[in-house]
Amino acid sequence: MNLPSGTLLAQSALSGLFIGGLYGLIGLGLGLSWGLLHVINLAHFGLAFLAAYVCYQLASVGGMDPLATLAIVVPLCFALGVAMHALLMRFRVSPLNSLLATFGITAIIEAGIQSVWTADFRKLESSYAAQKFRIGELFLPLPELLTLAIAVALAFGIWAAMRYTDLGKAMRALAEDAPVASAFGVNARMHALLLAGVCGALAGVAGVCLALTYTLTPAQIYAWVGVVFAAVMLGGLGSPLGPLAAGIVIGVSEALTMAVASPSWAPIVSFTILIALLLVRPGKT
Amino acid sequence: MKKHTSVWHRLGLAVAVTFFAVPVALAQGAQPPIRIGSTLALTGPLASTSLVHKVVGEIYVEQLNKRGGLLGRQVEWIVKDDQSKPDLARTLYEQLVTSDKVDLLMGPYATGAILSAMGVAQRFNKVLVHHTFGIPSLAKYEMQFPAWSLGADPANTVPNTVLDALGALPKPPKTIAVVTSKFPSVHFMSLGAREVAKKRGLTEVLFLEWDFGNLDYGPIAARVKDARPDFVWVGAIGLEGTQLLEAMSKIDYAPPLHFYMYPAPGPMSKSPLAKNALSMTVFEEHPPFTNAAGAAEFISLYHVRAANARIPDTSVEVQAAASYTAWQILEAGVRGARSLDDKAIGAWIKANRIDTIQGRLRFDGPSNYGDDLMRVKQVQNGRWVTVWPKEYAAPGATLQVP
Repeated sequence: MNLPSGTLLAQSALSGLFIGGLYGLIGLGLGLSWGLLHVINLAHFGLAFLAAYVCYQLASVGGMDPLATLAIVVPLCFALGVAMHALLMRFRVSPLNSLLATFGITAIIEAGIQSVWTADFRKLESSYAAQKFRIGELFLPLPELLTLAIAVALAFGIWAAMRYTDLGKAMRALAEDAPVASAFGVNARMHALLLAGVCGALAGVAGVCLALTYTLTPAQIYAWVGVVFAAVMLGGLGSPLGPLAAGIVIGVSEALTMAVASPSWAPIVSFTILIALLLVRPGKT
Repeated sequence: MKKHTSVWHRLGLAVAVTFFAVPVALAQGAQPPIRIGSTLALTGPLASTSLVHKVVGEIYVEQLNKRGGLLGRQVEWIVKDDQSKPDLARTLYEQLVTSDKVDLLMGPYATGAILSAMGVAQRFNKVLVHHTFGIPSLAKYEMQFPAWSLGADPANTVPNTVLDALGALPKPPKTIAVVTSKFPSVHFMSLGAREVAKKRGLTEVLFLEWDFGNLDYGPIAARVKDARPDFVWVGAIGLEGTQLLEAMSKIDYAPPLHFYMYPAPGPMSKSPLAKNALSMTVFEEHPPFTNAAGAAEFISLYHVRAANARIPDTSVEVQAAASYTAWQILEAGVRGARSLDDKAIGAWIKANRIDTIQGRLRFDGPSNYGDDLMRVKQVQNGRWVTVWPKEYAAPGATLQVP
């Protein structure tokens, strides 16, 4: 058996880093919703894909720059996130039931996407797609670099906001003990709706990054669920930095497995890491 | 007197019409339509391709009814959504037979659902004509009939056809990389390609498998680049081939000769990265295929209907042609048997050759498969054209190499 070359390993690790960044970006809003709002929001994936399709539409048909579509997509997803959470609050949906309810919402979003854009493939052809940088023998594609940069910036930005702003502290207090936080004057409903909107907006950003990199079909929504859930659980619920770090660990470990062994072993590696961590540090996720 | 006769003539005519023509017309009108039942994956991961089959079925039934229907009766197509789930397809086919009481069955889309439908058809002794079943060795039921003429042993014949085409090049490939999805109807073909390549003296420099649904093609692309094969056999289905090509492009690599098993037709032909990509076909929109009876009319109708259904790629190729062929086979079977009796229809199809837009098909081989009519096609100037065998090549088209 030939040993893989250094270039192959490094290029594969880069590929894992990039897709790990995307796992982290999608997982960011999901983890916040799960950890702080106690809503296991499967509709986060549906919202991300809806955002991807809106980005596709605005860029392909409307002629907008894909990144400029963020100006429309993010407020739209913020509003949808707020509306969705208001609905869940109205019916006092428990965390476990939120999984079922948001799965239903995902199915509705998928059907809506299919009725507007059909089930056929949609590919956003942008000026970013073909651009890449070269460092020695290694290549860094621009869409993936942008995605990673956005994921890192948002994860650190939200971490800082949670840690250093009154709003962030109030949200953490509500997640910790809502009645006590309310007794101190924190408006639980308003903060929950605001956070749900932020999670929706994060899904919107992830959707634009998906559209930049991937060909879209409605059924692709579900392809991301397993691995992003693993990243969120590995990274810790409610943690802004955790899903990004975990996503990168999963992405790189999968990519290196693909580089040295059979690519079909890659999913085994990521889920083995998750199971091992759950065994080693139970209750930490 | 003349006037009197004329009145009587008119009266006689009215009586005749009342007592003979009207009842006949009423009887014809009162005859219920022949109901053909099927499922399609109208939602779920297979929906993009199923949409093609839906459009083709609608066109065919409309054309059939314009021609007077079948056995003097109009035809109604009942299509249910199996949501890309083979288990649901089985339930729905049972419903079609036992509850909807359809007269005939038409196959669903994709190998898994067809296999489910085949079990139901076998239990109720119904004929099942199907569009694109990918694993002929699993088709055991005697009254199932394939519309996709890929032969009884495609794992052997298809790779041989591809390597025949490449062998005719001034500089044939000496090394091969086989990279493949583990999707069932693709995987066994890729394993066949390994065996055929070995028998033909090609050196295998890489063999890789990935799970269907893989999201990161970067490391696979890097390994292909590292292996430097003369020819890459990509056992891919749907978007996988395009995703691998995109990953290759991101590391500045273009495979010299590259073949894709079942690519999503639109995205690959439209992608500039897919220049000279090879695949297999049973029909493309150029002579000699378009010389088949009905082909030209079907193509022009399909262009309009597919555009109306917002299908981005409106060209007729493997899926649409196989779908149309399936309806042609069923129509020929009913007309040939002059009956809706499934056993009579099945016996007639098995004993006869049927002219379709793919060519003249027979169903008397193993698992009712006939000749292997798979040809090699290539992306040239943003569209698929057949390049091998030469007698099926598009006018002026030859196999292009970098």
